[in-house]
Amino acid sequence: MLRKKECVAMLLAGGQGSRLYALTSNIAKPAVSFGAKYRIIDFPLSNCINSGIDTVGVLTQYQPLVLNEYVGNGQPWDLDRTFGGVHILSPYEAKNDTSWYKGTANAIYQNIRFMKMYDPEYVLILSGDHIYKMDYDKMLAAHKEANADCTIACMEVPIKEASRFGILNTRPDGTIYEFEEKPAHPKSNLASMGIYIFTASKLYKYLELDEANPDSEKDFGKNVLPAMLNAGEKMYSYRFEGYWKDVGTISSLWEANMDLLGLVPNFELRDQDRVMHSRSPLAPPAFVAGEVINSIVATGGEVEGKVINSVIGTDCVIEKGAEVTDCVLMGNITVKAGAKLNYAIIDEDVTIGENAVVGAPREEALKVQGKTGGIAVLGRGVSVNRNGKIAAGEIVDKSV
Amino acid sequence: MASTVGVIFSSINEENLPELTKLRSIGSIPYGGRYRLVDFALSNMVNSGITTVGMITKNNYQSLMDHLGSGKDWDLARKEGGLILLPPYSDETEFLYKNRLEALKGTVSFLRKAKEDFVVIADSDAVYKLDYSKVIEYHVKNNADITMVYHEHEVKKSHYYITFETNKEGRITELDINPLADGIKKNYINVMVARTSFLLRLIQNAFQHGYTSFGKDILSPGIKTYKMYGYKLEGYYENIDSLSSYFKSNYDLLNKDIRNEIFGDRDVYTKVNDSAPAKFAPTAKVKNSLVADGCLIEGTVENCILFRGVKIGKGSVVKNCILMSENIIGENCNLAYVVSDKDSVIRDNRVLAGCELQPYFINKGSLI
Repeated sequence: MLRKKECVAMLLAGGQGSRLYALTSNIAKPAVSFGAKYRIIDFPLSNCINSGIDTVGVLTQYQPLVLNEYVGNGQPWDLDRTFGGVHILSPYEAKNDTSWYKGTANAIYQNIRFMKMYDPEYVLILSGDHIYKMDYDKMLAAHKEANADCTIACMEVPIKEASRFGILNTRPDGTIYEFEEKPAHPKSNLASMGIYIFTASKLYKYLELDEANPDSEKDFGKNVLPAMLNAGEKMYSYRFEGYWKDVGTISSLWEANMDLLGLVPNFELRDQDRVMHSRSPLAPPAFVAGEVINSIVATGGEVEGKVINSVIGTDCVIEKGAEVTDCVLMGNITVKAGAKLNYAIIDEDVTIGENAVVGAPREEALKVQGKTGGIAVLGRGVSVNRNGKIAAGEIVDKSV
Repeated sequence: MASTVGVIFSSINEENLPELTKLRSIGSIPYGGRYRLVDFALSNMVNSGITTVGMITKNNYQSLMDHLGSGKDWDLARKEGGLILLPPYSDETEFLYKNRLEALKGTVSFLRKAKEDFVVIADSDAVYKLDYSKVIEYHVKNNADITMVYHEHEVKKSHYYITFETNKEGRITELDINPLADGIKKNYINVMVARTSFLLRLIQNAFQHGYTSFGKDILSPGIKTYKMYGYKLEGYYENIDSLSSYFKSNYDLLNKDIRNEIFGDRDVYTKVNDSAPAKFAPTAKVKNSLVADGCLIEGTVENCILFRGVKIGKGSVVKNCILMSENIIGENCNLAYVVSDKDSVIRDNRVLAGCELQPYFINKGSLI
C-alpha cells in the first residue's frame, strides 16, 4: 500500500507579531504564552490532532528558538509519528536560490516538496496566532461535499470591526464571489479566519502561478485567493460558530486571557472532549495561601498575596502583601511583597521588586489608551526595581 | 558515574495500607496533588544517571502501568535499556512472590542481561530525594559488598523494619529486625547498593539454601561474612506505612521548606496530564493548600491537598483533607480530615470528619 495522508496541515508561524511589542522581541508570536499554561501554538496543534490530522508542517522564520524547542518532536500533541507528525520547516539554502519566506504564499510554495512527500489530496493552511477550538474534519467534510477547490473558514464579526479583517462576500449557497482584504467600507460582516482548505493540486498550481508573477506580494489574502476567484475556481465559505480570537494585539491578547475566567467563561478549556494539549511543566501543584478570586492559577505557583481577575502562569511567586489585579502573568514571575500590579501583561522570567507599582487600575488606565489600550507590558526577563513605577500603557523591554 | 542498573519494588509492604492498595500497587498510590509514590524512587534513579530500571510488579499493577506507560515522562523510553516491567511469573519463578527474596528471584534474568556493574534496589513507598550515584561512590570507596541506606528517626513499630548500628567507618556492626528498643535509630530505608554480580550470587545462594527472608537469612548473618556499610540519607524522608503517615507526608508538603526540598529543583518526574489550569471562582477562599490543575473551587479550602480535577461546591468548607483526582464535593458540605480516593462524589450538605491520626477514608468511586 502506498503511504499517503489525506490532509496535511501547514501552520504559518513565522510572523513577527510586531503589534505585541515587547512580548515578541525575542520569540515568535505563536510561542507567546497564553492562558496560564499554554502557548498560542497549542491551539492549532491540538485542533489538528483532535480533528484527526497528524501531519503538520510548522513554518518558522522570525526568532524560532523558543518555538522550535517548545514544539520539539511533537510528543505533547501526540504528533511524534513514524510517518507524518509535526515538522519544523525553516527557510533553507538551495542550489540556485536562497531566500527567506517572502510572504504567506511564498512560505508554503517553498515547502511544496514537503507536502508532496505525503501525497495529500487536501492541504489545510493555518495561522499561529488564533485562540479557538475547531473541528477541521467538519470543514474538510464540507469542502469535499461541495467539491470545492478552496474553502475558507469565516465567522460573523461586528460590522464596525469588519474593516480589520479579510471580508468574504458570499452567495446564499456559500460560494464566494468576492474577497476584500481589510476593506474601508465592508459589504458584509463575514470575516476570514485565515483558515483555508485547498484541494492540493489547485494549491500547487496557484502557488506556482503566484510565484511566477513578479507583481505579487506572495500573500494568500492579497494575491492567491483573488487569483483563484478571478480564474473561476470553486471557492466556498465555511461558517464557524464558537469562540475565535485573533490575539495579534496587546488588548486582544489580554481580552482572550480574561475570556477564560468565570464559572461560565467565554472560552471554556475545562471540557474533556476536545482537550487542548501543551508541553506541561514539571512543577508541583500550586500552593495557595493568600486570596485568589476569579482567577486561574497554573502549577508551580506560590501565591501568598492577593490575586483578583487574573491569569497566573506556571511557577509564579506572589509574595505576601503583593496585589495582582486584572493581570496576565505568563510564567516564572516573582512579585515581591507589597508590589501592586494592575491591568498589565507580564512576560516570562520577570521579577517585580518590593512595593513596585505596575500599571494603574483599569478604569484609570483605559483613559491612557496609547499603543496598548492602557495595558502595561513587561517584556521577557525584565526586572523592576524595588519601589519602581511602570505607568499604565507603558511598554518595558529592558530592566528598570 | 559507575554504570548502574536500578530495580524498584512497586508492590511490597502493601499490607500496611489496605485502603489505598485495594485496587493498586503501593507505587501507584497518588501523592502530593499530582504524583504517584513510585515517582520518587524512579526520579531519584533518573536524576542519578540510571537509564535502565527494572520495575518489579505483583498484582493489581494496571494503574501502575497506566501511570508509567513507556517511561517517556521519565526519559526512560529508550532503545538501550529504559524502563522494563518485570511482571510476576517470569522465567525464574513459577509462582507469585510472597516475600522480598522471591521477588528478587524474578529479577535474575533481567540482571543477568544487564551490562551495568552496579545495582540499586529501592522500594516505592517513601518520599525522599537521594542521588544514588553518591551511594555508589561511597560503596566503591569502602570496597563494600553491600551498602544499605538509612535514615535516622524514631523507630516506628507498626510494621517489619530493620535498624542497624555502624562503627566510625560506617561499617554495619549490628543489625536488628523488629527490635524492641525505642528512640532514634538508624532505620534501613530499603535502598541497597551492590555489584550486580554479587547480588546475583546472593540470590542464587539463597535459593540453593532454601532461604526465605532477605533480612533474616541474608542481611542479618551477612554482617559477619560480608563488608556491609550504612549510608546516611540526610534530609526529608517519610515512609508511607499507614493512613496516618500518608496523611502526614502529604500534609508536610504544605511546609514551604519541605516543598522546596522535594520539588524545588523541579526534577520529580511524573505522568503528564493536560488539564486546564485551576480555576478560583469569585466565591473561593483558599488558605494553605496545594491545588492541582483542573480544580474548580467555589467554596472554602484550608490546609488541603487537592489533586487534579477536584471540584469544591459553593458554600462547602473543606479543611485538612486530601482529595484525590476528580473528587466532586457538592454545595454546603463540611469536610475535615478526610482522605478521599479518586473519582468520589460527595453530595450537597454532607458533613464528614475524621481526625489527624485516623482520617476518614472514602473508597475510590464512592457516592456519599
